Amino acid sequence: MAETHILQDLQHQAAIASKVYVQRDYNSGTICKFQTKFPSELESRVDKQQFEETMQTLNNLYAEAEKIGGKSYLEGCLACMTAYTIFLCMETHYEKVLKKIARFIKEQNEKIYAPLGLLLTDPIERGLRVVEITIFEDRSIGFGR
Amino acid sequence: MKNCEYQQIDARALGTPASSFQPCTEMKVPRLRRKWEVFPGKNRFYCDGRIILARQSGILPLTLGLIVVTSVLFFAFDCPFLVTHLTVCIPVIGGVLFLFVVISLLQTSLTDPGILPRALPDEAADIEKQIYTSGSSMYRPPPRTKEILINQQVVKLKYCFTCKMFRPPRTSHCSLCDNCVERFDHHCPWVGNCVGKRNYRFFYSFIVSLSFHTSFIFGCVVTHLTLRTYEVILLHQKESPARYPFHIICFFSIWSVLGLSGFHTYLVASNLTTNEDIKGSWSSKRGAEDSGNPYTYNSIFINCCATLCGPMPPSLIDRRGFLPPDDIPPVAAADLELSSFLAKNDTNMVGMPSSGHTS
Repeated sequence: MAETHILQDLQHQAAIASKVYVQRDYNSGTICKFQTKFPSELESRVDKQQFEETMQTLNNLYAEAEKIGGKSYLEGCLACMTAYTIFLCMETHYEKVLKKIARFIKEQNEKIYAPLGLLLTDPIERGLRVVEITIFEDRSIGFGR
Repeated sequence: MKNCEYQQIDARALGTPASSFQPCTEMKVPRLRRKWEVFPGKNRFYCDGRIILARQSGILPLTLGLIVVTSVLFFAFDCPFLVTHLTVCIPVIGGVLFLFVVISLLQTSLTDPGILPRALPDEAADIEKQIYTSGSSMYRPPPRTKEILINQQVVKLKYCFTCKMFRPPRTSHCSLCDNCVERFDHHCPWVGNCVGKRNYRFFYSFIVSLSFHTSFIFGCVVTHLTLRTYEVILLHQKESPARYPFHIICFFSIWSVLGLSGFHTYLVASNLTTNEDIKGSWSSKRGAEDSGNPYTYNSIFINCCATLCGPMPPSLIDRRGFLPPDDIPPVAAADLELSSFLAKNDTNMVGMPSSGHTS
């Protein structure tokens, strides 16, 4: 609970200095994968290794959601046999992983990025197009640039 | 740890994700609106955003009507005769197939086909900043295409002027629905919706089950007529030709539905979309492989499984999410300003292919 106050205070007191967008990486096809290249605007804010690790974990989670294997085939065949009505009552594997991703991003924000004046937005809120990183200029402790 | 003064946070001001959002019932706050109410595309929403339809329902009522009427006539006239002469399984099989067809049809029509939400103004500005680097003060529209490599194939990504973003691969902008749709196949007027990534499997099961259903009905009708003819000849009974027009409709529709099923089976097996097949996107690349399609898994079985049994992607447009009450949504605001600009520049609009391919 104390950690969520950090996020809320940040958004309440700080002004948004700028936003950085990490685009999708389509080199492996249409699967959901984000570029892991470190944006230059974040150089003064966060450790490059840390950021790349976050993005890599995020990409791995999306790969898990979209994995085509035995489990997804089973889910697909079962759904086909029930004329896809099973989707009305059952949560799909993808949705379960999306919840996991939401928890991961919240945890990363609370532990790593909020203390540095940054906020990662869950890509699902941007239609899985970009990872939006908001850079805050916190006037209360002279944090800004 | 920062030394912060704790202030009472108004959760609504933070724009927190919709899933953790509860509508507030303070007196001076207007009713919280859901995102579907300000959706910029040409779609209609029912049941408070649970059901989505294209603006024009096309000939969906006709499709439903034809299926229902033909099936009802079958159950009313052919089934009693065939049950007494053959087996009781006939109406049972017919009933199961009919249910499958109607459920698949409704799912195809009422599901979000994979609509991509439009880019927010900040995002659109960032994209323009990235590609426009010359520093001239004059506004120049962003270049139309960006090339990327997918599995060693060069693929061009087009910039969509309506949605203000570079379209992901296999995405196309449907002019009828005014949305970018992922893995766009075609806009089907029979179904009254686009067929895309999220509802292709429903569409495929609809046409396949419809093929079985019409073939089954036709087979039963021919059997009925044959048996009846013998009875008429041998026992001098009266014939009733009233329902023959529907049998003729059934006969002609079988061939078109069977043909369509066959075509889509080919598309599924080669992991292609109707859009790509019609445009011949990959057919010009001839080499050691049979096609230049970078998305194929080079195995019919895996292609089929990936397309039809793959994980079900979520809807990206978050229809039932709540909007923050303080401000009008930035996409809608941008669109209000831009729609007049775009209307004036309609002839110059690029990146909006005529995607009204019908089945």
